Amino acid sequence: MSSVIEDHHHDDHHHGPAKGIMRWVFTTNHKDIGTLYLWFSFMMFLLGGTFALVIRAELFQPGLQIVEPEFFNQMTTMHGLIMVFGAVMPAFVGLANWLVPMMIGAPDMALPRMNNYSFWILPFAFTMLASTLLMEGGGPNFGWTFYAPLSTTYAPPSVTFFIFAVHLMGISSIMGSINVIVTILNLRAPGMTLMQMPLFVWTWLITAYLLIAVMPVLAGVVTMMLMDIHFGTAFFSAAGGGDPVLFQHVFWFFGHPEVYIMILPAFGVVSAIIPTFTRKKLFGYASMVYATASIAFLSFIVWAHHMFTVGMPLAGELYFMYATMLIAVPTGVKVFNWVATMWQGAMTFETPMLFAIAFVILFTIGGLSGLMLAIAPADFQYHDTYFVVAHFHYVLVPGSIFSIMAAVYYWLPKWTGNMYDETLGKTHFWLSFVGVNVTFFPQHFIGLAGMPRRIPDYALQFADFNMVSSMGAFLFGFSQLFFMFIVIKCIRGGKPATAQVWEGAHGLEWTVPSPAPYHTFTTPDGIDLKEAHG
Amino acid sequence: MSELETASKTSSESAGFNPRRSVGRLLTVVVGMFAFGFALVPLYDVICDVTGLNGKTGDQYTEAISQSADPDRVVTIQFLTNNNADMPWEFRPEVRSIKVHPGELNQTTFYVQNPANRTIMAQAVPSVTPFIAAGYLHKTECFCFEQQELAASESMDMPLRFIIDSEIPEDIETLTLSYTLFDITDRTSGQLAVVDN
Repeated sequence: MSSVIEDHHHDDHHHGPAKGIMRWVFTTNHKDIGTLYLWFSFMMFLLGGTFALVIRAELFQPGLQIVEPEFFNQMTTMHGLIMVFGAVMPAFVGLANWLVPMMIGAPDMALPRMNNYSFWILPFAFTMLASTLLMEGGGPNFGWTFYAPLSTTYAPPSVTFFIFAVHLMGISSIMGSINVIVTILNLRAPGMTLMQMPLFVWTWLITAYLLIAVMPVLAGVVTMMLMDIHFGTAFFSAAGGGDPVLFQHVFWFFGHPEVYIMILPAFGVVSAIIPTFTRKKLFGYASMVYATASIAFLSFIVWAHHMFTVGMPLAGELYFMYATMLIAVPTGVKVFNWVATMWQGAMTFETPMLFAIAFVILFTIGGLSGLMLAIAPADFQYHDTYFVVAHFHYVLVPGSIFSIMAAVYYWLPKWTGNMYDETLGKTHFWLSFVGVNVTFFPQHFIGLAGMPRRIPDYALQFADFNMVSSMGAFLFGFSQLFFMFIVIKCIRGGKPATAQVWEGAHGLEWTVPSPAPYHTFTTPDGIDLKEAHG
Repeated sequence: MSELETASKTSSESAGFNPRRSVGRLLTVVVGMFAFGFALVPLYDVICDVTGLNGKTGDQYTEAISQSADPDRVVTIQFLTNNNADMPWEFRPEVRSIKVHPGELNQTTFYVQNPANRTIMAQAVPSVTPFIAAGYLHKTECFCFEQQELAASESMDMPLRFIIDSEIPEDIETLTLSYTLFDITDRTSGQLAVVDN
């Protein structure tokens, strides 16, 4: 509201947003950039979801019906890449942009111009990646893990575009993370100590450190691929003295921290929502911080559990097995704390809370199947089956993505100034909840029965569960169009939201009016640190 | 622009807000980790050498043969040959397996024949299972140390001389030495052109 009023005197320095499309192109405002990230991520979510539905449509029945195996492989690859790098990661960066400055009482991100660059790199990166599908030889078809030599010796010619797209995504993520770290370390309201920060800020600080530590390794590994393909080096080619197994080690040295990059901010979101709707303080704040840091540390020393079947000395298998299982301890602390927060709380079940509770339950299921996969001798049975697919979709869809949806419903009134339609929100939740479980739960069974992942056709005995899974996928997929409808409806109008929005909400973002003015906390005066975290 | 000004005019100015320094430090981490990614390549080779990971055998064994044969122990060594992808050569060991005494010098040969109507350069890549045995297999001469070249329809016997270390753990009674033959003609086409001249 205030932004409209302030627009009247924009002579030498204007405080409102600029007009037209150029507002979005040149913006350095953290709220604008957060919005851009969130919409971009949602578009990528729909694109990656479309690819997923091509996969599930083909797998609806055994045999080859709809697509050729070559195209099916491109779909599995692009679905993974788009969802990981295009949907989940930018959504969390968008949330960080919107919320971190408001939660710590900062006027903006510390490096606003770089913030603009780090967003605007992404559309180019993903246009380049998606355009490979139209190129001769097709797009990347080697799985999102792009193991050499599939991605080097046997790759389609478009692999070079894939490599440069990954470089661009990496640069964007690194710039975004540097921005988050510098903002959190330097722009906190006077007197706010690190241990007074909301957990979402804490989890993002740790995530940002993970990102700047591993995205360069990813950049390194794709650079090595580029050199192998075009400059005659032999990093991953056994014929030239290299080793394809090296690729897997370097990739998973990036890849395992990457999976925590996609879940730690989700922990932060859930730790904000559960206290609000239980009307209690978060149980065990300090232990949450230490647990997050422990998970981040452990994520660097467990990567080879993705490679148990590749060949490793027994001591290596044992070490990676036990180290992986150790991660269950800090994760268990977190789940315990969320449950303890709910214990004897005055709970209500608005849409964000429903998503948050579903997150706790379903993420725990995903974590437990992860523990099963961590058992090295058992992993020889599970490796590369649909059990793995079920596992990581349980941590990513009702894990990361549910937390993103919870966050959108929770903070949407703050962003738009309007309440969303609660009935529609709850309907969206139940459709998604049923859809996700119908899609992924049967995949545990077909995986244990031995159906391999990344194949367009399968043996007859897997037919029934695959059909169920495909029906769930279409339900879940189309429910997300409903989600878009709810969000747009809320942006266009609705019951006006109060500043605090939720009765039990605590945090600096709830002390500013709804919708949040274009500039908040431009001076550090009058910031009540007692409100800083719930 | 105005946002930049606002951002720099914050509370934290008094607390010495200096983005340049923070960014500099973080960029150092980024560059360091990029370099670390490449450092993993030699690091991996060292770890493989030390642990025998992936069954990688070492380079040519040049130490004086001081070990005396241990007549009481017999270790079976099996030879496997594989062709990678489009490699057309016929490739087989002279014998499939031999029984040797640890500490003694042994010799065998591998037969290769090029059925194609072009000259092909080949590189053999060895691997030992169990991995732990890799460190106890010393090769004093191996065709895998060099690239091999055969003109169309030529054939040859390639020698391998090796010692099984007498320190090899008691529980290893059989070990398998596998060679995979790669066609590297494209990779070495520059050198071949010189040879042709």
